[in-house]
Amino acid sequence: MPYTTYLVEKGASHNFVAEAKPPTVTMPRIKALMTGSLPGFIDVVRNLNSPALLEDNVIRQAKAAGKRIFFYGDETWIKLFPKHFVEYDGTTSFFVSDYTEVDNNVTRHLDKVLKRGDWDVLILHYLGLDHIGHVSGPHSPLIGRKLSEMDGVLMRIHTALLSKERETLLPNLLVLCGDHGMSETGSHGASSTEEVNTPLILISSAFERKPGDMRHPKRVQQTDLAATLAIGLGLPIPKDSVGSLLFPVIEGKPMRDQLRFLHLNTVQLSKLLQENVPSYEKDPGFEQFKVSEKLHGNWIKLYLEENKSEVLFNLGTKVLRQYLDALKTLSLSLSTQVAQYDIYSMMVGTAVVLEVLTLLLLSIPQALHRKAELDISLSSPVISLLFYLMFLVLSAFHVIVCTSAESSCYFCGLPWLAACGVMALISALLCAIMSVLTKIFVRGSLPSKNPAHPNSGWSELDLLMVFGTVGHVLSLGASSFVEEEHQTWYFLVNTLCLALSQEIYRSYFLRDDGEPQCCFHVEQGFAGATPALQDRTGYDMQEQDRVHMSSSLSEVLRGHEKWMVLASPWLILACCRLLRSLNQTGVQWAHRPDFGHWLTSSDHKAELSALAALSLLVTFVLVQRGCSPVSRGALALGLLGVYCYRAAIGNVLFPWQPDNRDISKGIIEARFVYVFVLGILFTGTKDLLKSQVIAADSKIKTVGLWEIYSGLVLLAALLFRPHNLPVLAFSLLIQTVMTKFIWKPLRHDAAEITIMHYWFGQAFFYFQGNSNNIATVDISAGFVGLDTYVEIPAVFLTAFGTYAGPVLWASHLVHFLSSETSSGSALSHACFCYALIGSIPVSTYIILVTSLRYHLFIWSVFSPKLLYEGMHLLITAAICAFFTAMDQTSLTKS
Amino acid sequence: MKDNDIKRLLYTHLLCVFSIILSVFIPSFFLENFSILETHLTWLCICSGFVTAVNLVLYFVVKPNASYKRSSLSHKVTRFLKCCIYFLMSCFTFHIIFVLYGAPLIELVLETFLFAVILSTFTTIPCLCLLGPNLKAWLRVFSRNGVTSIWENSLQITTISSFVGAWLGALPIPLDWERPWQVWPISCTLGATFGYVAGLVTSPLWIYWKRKQLTYKSN
Ligand SMILES: [Zn+2]
Ligand SMILES: [Zn+2]
Repeated sequence: MPYTTYLVEKGASHNFVAEAKPPTVTMPRIKALMTGSLPGFIDVVRNLNSPALLEDNVIRQAKAAGKRIFFYGDETWIKLFPKHFVEYDGTTSFFVSDYTEVDNNVTRHLDKVLKRGDWDVLILHYLGLDHIGHVSGPHSPLIGRKLSEMDGVLMRIHTALLSKERETLLPNLLVLCGDHGMSETGSHGASSTEEVNTPLILISSAFERKPGDMRHPKRVQQTDLAATLAIGLGLPIPKDSVGSLLFPVIEGKPMRDQLRFLHLNTVQLSKLLQENVPSYEKDPGFEQFKVSEKLHGNWIKLYLEENKSEVLFNLGTKVLRQYLDALKTLSLSLSTQVAQYDIYSMMVGTAVVLEVLTLLLLSIPQALHRKAELDISLSSPVISLLFYLMFLVLSAFHVIVCTSAESSCYFCGLPWLAACGVMALISALLCAIMSVLTKIFVRGSLPSKNPAHPNSGWSELDLLMVFGTVGHVLSLGASSFVEEEHQTWYFLVNTLCLALSQEIYRSYFLRDDGEPQCCFHVEQGFAGATPALQDRTGYDMQEQDRVHMSSSLSEVLRGHEKWMVLASPWLILACCRLLRSLNQTGVQWAHRPDFGHWLTSSDHKAELSALAALSLLVTFVLVQRGCSPVSRGALALGLLGVYCYRAAIGNVLFPWQPDNRDISKGIIEARFVYVFVLGILFTGTKDLLKSQVIAADSKIKTVGLWEIYSGLVLLAALLFRPHNLPVLAFSLLIQTVMTKFIWKPLRHDAAEITIMHYWFGQAFFYFQGNSNNIATVDISAGFVGLDTYVEIPAVFLTAFGTYAGPVLWASHLVHFLSSETSSGSALSHACFCYALIGSIPVSTYIILVTSLRYHLFIWSVFSPKLLYEGMHLLITAAICAFFTAMDQTSLTKS
Repeated sequence: MKDNDIKRLLYTHLLCVFSIILSVFIPSFFLENFSILETHLTWLCICSGFVTAVNLVLYFVVKPNASYKRSSLSHKVTRFLKCCIYFLMSCFTFHIIFVLYGAPLIELVLETFLFAVILSTFTTIPCLCLLGPNLKAWLRVFSRNGVTSIWENSLQITTISSFVGAWLGALPIPLDWERPWQVWPISCTLGATFGYVAGLVTSPLWIYWKRKQLTYKSN
């Protein structure tokens, strides 16, 4: 950017590095720039649908002062400040794959507006650079082109302003700033250095021309801009601003003005402090403010006495320094203290979650026994009395809290009916827990005496699963473990594979010491009824049972098949190791070179194309075996379409095509694939419905489930970036190997298989390159095949693209259980286990976050994870609903 | 008889623990600025050497497997060579497993391999001493009901505890405490060592505690 560099080095300008606080997403950042306050994490969610900004801000003040404001650019501004702009033209920021038109849309107004000059404030928000980052990363050749285009725009504006200044003699101010940075992967949202640091350049002829220090610009906060702008425009500083005036900007003014500006700023900050902190008088910033105010008074007295000596100047600089110190401390203490928590709403939410979890935990023995029947009687008089009592007490409590609390509370803001509904839910859940507890208590004396489970006892695998789950849940309390959660899952999955291999080897080499006795495997689950401490006899029984049951099978398998069984855990381990080096995620080791970066760099396009084609081929070979011929053809065409789509948007190459041809959006190709996805899903659903109507052939149902699964695979193949396609292929490979050589011969029960699926699903979530960081969400998945931004499909596609790993594993689980196990209750057991194992981490995490809400990393580490967990919970719920639907079909059939 | 055996077991184990403690202190007399964390690789070599030596000496002195028959020299030599090959194999296997667990493939090869060596020293060498190069016997010992003597039982306990120690040792690596012992593979080797020592100390006590319940198939 030669012109900008020239301005910074030679021109009358001040340059800073402004630090943006996470979440580094557009909407909160615009808020921070204009209000000077610190937005919370909920704004990330609202980023998609930004409501009007209610807080005091510069734009509103400017409008109130009768300034004419023009705006061109990101339409988030128009949503945030409706009716504030005299003239505006918004461009939607959600269509990421477009990076020329969004900017042309802004630039085309420029000439006209600059010539007219009937405005006081002109705001331009260019989106192209951000979009290039999202689509092709920070090292893309497009970046350089875009930057020089922006430089040209800046030059046009600056020269126009200079020529106008000659007429009006009023200095203009040109502010060049970024709302957020760009991470190593081209995204933003989190708190890495690249995302947090943004440029802030103030250009005006009012500034002294002095050689600026280009290398080491001063580090300031992004929130400081609001106060500076307000002072510069002669407006009141926004009420909630925590920023302090950028001092170099007013350095050229006479001492009296400098002091006045600083005084204005400190008064505003100390007022804010008084409102937010009860013991504000003890705050060091406030004390400094008092001292400097007194000094300021002295200085004014001297000044009025027209004492123009050195004393005045010295005192002036002293006051100045005092004010700046006070500003710094006030601003710092405000930015740490402003975060408020709505404890009441948090408690209500936690209560609901905890009650559901308790209910799930309490029903373990019931649900895993013979039939999964959860009969909770709410009708008995005692329970219903309890329900009404609870309801009344809670409602009274609600009224008291909401009328007495002076701070605003989300839950009190709800309409009364909704609040009553929540209260009823809480009390109903509590009563359900009570009834289950009493039932267990009444029945408890009977079954505990008779040894109902002859072969109960946990194998090493079960122990590993329990300890793994507990360990994972505990690890969520440490911020490093949350940042590096992928390591936890890789570790657990590896250990799982080793445990499986140990089980396989033992059952194959020691097959001769089992008694010839017919033991069929009993669906048992991980047996909540068993005491944790077992004696050796329990172990022995279990041992013999396991050894025997698989020994009978080991005779069936011969030759190479046996070798495959023995080698399969190692094969899976090797696959996992390869996938792990594909995407380096997390925080500590994220900068390490990985295979994904190597592939996406433009020099290795041929390798990437070959790998993508190979992965698609493997995917086809592995998926097609379960499909009907029609959907097999559809699948083949669909996968071909995926490759064409990637070639069309320029990610991969066709061998017969030259390297640089024009890049399209690939709308047609992507829609072509969507047609096949929908077609396959439709055939699958049709088969499922048929199996329910005909009620004769369970094979149709299996095929139908497999078709739904393959439709999802095709969709994932379309949404994954090309370097991630091996993840899909390896996932299918591992599923195939596990099904054929591990689950079938070793005959694990439904609970064990469910947990294994869950673990692998989690590991694949991270293999895809995700992390507990907002920045790694690949929002370009939401725009595949869409011409303009449409909210619902975009959100759905992004969510599916992000959670493809867990979803694919879960749908494989449904297919596997309904095809392999004969007993009808396996599915409901699996559903129960899935719900349980999915909800334990979430609910523990909610409690942890509630208790850690004053932790230093609450916004940068814990809150994004909470968002991920919430989304994961939604998806788990959807999966469980699907499970239940499958279960219903199997029940009605039998 | 049984109490006597347990006593012998305890003494041999204490000797092993003692050798590990010596490996921490003795080298500092001969080598300048020796410490476990800074010159970790040297310590790994010394420690594995000490433990191997003590195990071999104990094997020849105590002779835990009484059924061992006198055999010809050539038989002994092949047996010894087989043991060496098994040891190397186990080192390489462990190395491969560590890489599969996510250890870097190219950097820090020496560190990873020495970790594999020390873990094999804690696990494979006692197995080789007690059971000889006999995979079937190994598998028998490491399944739940396959132990036939207190020696094998204690072997089982020490081996599993070293593995668990190494496994647990990997847990603090992602934490951002920036301690010198969090560097790969120091925490894992320390974990394995602590696991081994804990196994050595607890196994005689555990066997003594459970001596009434323990019955072995062969005796
Ligand atoms: Zn933005
Ligand atoms: Zn963006």
